[in-house]
Amino acid sequence: MSMLVLEDVHTHYGKIEALHGVSVEVNKGEIVSLIGANGAGKTTLLMTVCGSPQASSGRVILEGRDITRDPTASIMRSGIAIVPEGRRVFSGLTVEENLHMGGFFNTKAEIRKSQDHVYDLFPRLKEREHQRAGTMSGGEQQMLAIGRALMSKPNMIILDEPSLGLAPLVIKQIFEIIGQLREEGITVFLVEQNAHQALNLADRGYVLETGRIRLHDTGKNLLANPDVQNAYLGG
Amino acid sequence: MAAHNLKHALFCAIVTLVIAYPILGFNLVASGTDIILEGAKTRTVILVLLAAVAVFLFQLFRDNVMALLGKAPALNPLANRQPMEQGKRLKLESIVLTLIIVGALFWPFFVSRGAVDLATLVLIYIMLALGLNVVVGLAGLLDLGYVAFYAVGAYTFALLSQYYGFSFWLALPLGALLAALFGLVLGFPVLRLRGDYLAIVTLGFGEIIRILLNNMTSLTGGPNGIGGIPDPTLFGMEFGRRVKEEGNTSFHETLGIAYSSEHKVIFLYLIALVLAVITALVIRRLMRMPVGRAWEALREDEIAARSLGLSRTAVKLSAFTIGAFFAGFAGTVFASKQGFISPESFVFLESAIILAIVVLGGMGSQIGVILAAIAVTTLPELAREFSEYRMLIFGAAMVLMMVWRPQGLLPMRRTHIELKAQE
Repeated sequence: MSMLVLEDVHTHYGKIEALHGVSVEVNKGEIVSLIGANGAGKTTLLMTVCGSPQASSGRVILEGRDITRDPTASIMRSGIAIVPEGRRVFSGLTVEENLHMGGFFNTKAEIRKSQDHVYDLFPRLKEREHQRAGTMSGGEQQMLAIGRALMSKPNMIILDEPSLGLAPLVIKQIFEIIGQLREEGITVFLVEQNAHQALNLADRGYVLETGRIRLHDTGKNLLANPDVQNAYLGG
Repeated sequence: MAAHNLKHALFCAIVTLVIAYPILGFNLVASGTDIILEGAKTRTVILVLLAAVAVFLFQLFRDNVMALLGKAPALNPLANRQPMEQGKRLKLESIVLTLIIVGALFWPFFVSRGAVDLATLVLIYIMLALGLNVVVGLAGLLDLGYVAFYAVGAYTFALLSQYYGFSFWLALPLGALLAALFGLVLGFPVLRLRGDYLAIVTLGFGEIIRILLNNMTSLTGGPNGIGGIPDPTLFGMEFGRRVKEEGNTSFHETLGIAYSSEHKVIFLYLIALVLAVITALVIRRLMRMPVGRAWEALREDEIAARSLGLSRTAVKLSAFTIGAFFAGFAGTVFASKQGFISPESFVFLESAIILAIVVLGGMGSQIGVILAAIAVTTLPELAREFSEYRMLIFGAAMVLMMVWRPQGLLPMRRTHIELKAQE
């Protein structure tokens, strides 16, 4: 059963075509990694899923429903959550308030429950509950960004470069959490430049190059693939 | 460093002389039909020279002086106090606010008519600034054409009363709603814009409204404005000496007291007070509601806010519309207070002053904005003795404010939203 399907998606920025017919499928309960170099179109692909910009042709299907032409706000409210690139926590708000913003459309009881759950996943956030998000370290902010995304109780979470600018130890921690999310039945779509870790964790992986899917295989096979090793794993 | 300071200080002193001497150093004296230019008294010239020396010395030792001034806030005993417990603070705040409002209710009966008149104007500016605070302070949308909504409110009342004989109380909600509608209409095209671009478009909108009012002579009377706007009535009681409209009674006859023109002024003041309090309470409530948090989220980070499923369109439009609504409120009161309005009252300078109030008060902070509205409106009046120099004093006060408290008089303290345990 597929969670998210992209069928021959083309996306344009003005006249420039950034995605030239991309097809991706993410099944329920999977971790799928999308790797690619700078400018390959990874973020564009994610933004197309979110409807900003919308695909100029092709279809985006979320849980059997065509969302290609839906406005961003309604897509983001239909069981999908994104952790945007560069974390983007609300720096002036406290950790707790950030989490509450994540559960904006839920009832107070639901917020309370998801908040406890997030604190279980990230005990560090509980310690910093009343601290302003902007004063925390990058790793803590990334945890907060993931926690905030989880507050809406999504079926699927999209992570855009969660390891960006973090220390190796922290990256390890973040990836452990991502593995844990799978255990809970949350589908994960992971976009990474850190190909080694992303593929190691993933059930399946896609390699995006200049707006086209080059390779598509299981995570293990991609790791072993000599082309991938040469291009993304430093030989 | 020292050489650089010396050069700079000399330059500043010379600029002071060049600016001050032609302005203060000569007097125009009327003799018969002619006007003669005379040199000023020696005392004035000496004062100008002293001022130049003072500027020179200040600039020469500015580093030391500024270092001393930088230490000054530490002497302030309030700076180091512990923040009060939240519940206690809220209680204290509400007690103080209630006392101030009760005081404001009785205050006009003990002071001069001019003071009450000025206070009414202050209250109108408080309404305007609180409304703009929603747009600029909370939602972070720089609006330089806010006065347009004020004009819409004022002209709605003026036109409705002129052509259809609407009373103040009927026109008040209509003026506010029409202004809100204009806010909505303006909101749509500017949604995609941010920062400077938004500022320019709103600035243009403000000018369009003013120029329209100026040129639709057949409807609005153009630059001649609209006069004879009726005063508000109290349950059908008019405040004039004679009753203008049939069916109404006059206030002083009904109550059996002597006629006084002060009744009307005080009544207007009280209306403005009630409306300003309503404005403050409604916006305070909105700030604590989800829509208020959505405004802040959008201001802090638009992409993050959108990723959480907030609709940029809805959030921005609601801020624009609500801000405009209260400007319409204020406009209706203004038209009623003046009895006469013309496009002259709604120039860009008004927008700038309202924005200055919001920035001076501390963006997003209601109490700060109210204090700033009082300061900015009364300061030019208090400095009236200095006649032509009062704008100079006003400007100096603004510059000093920005040097010492760039975040505003009372910067916004985020209220902490807690979820009660649901057992």
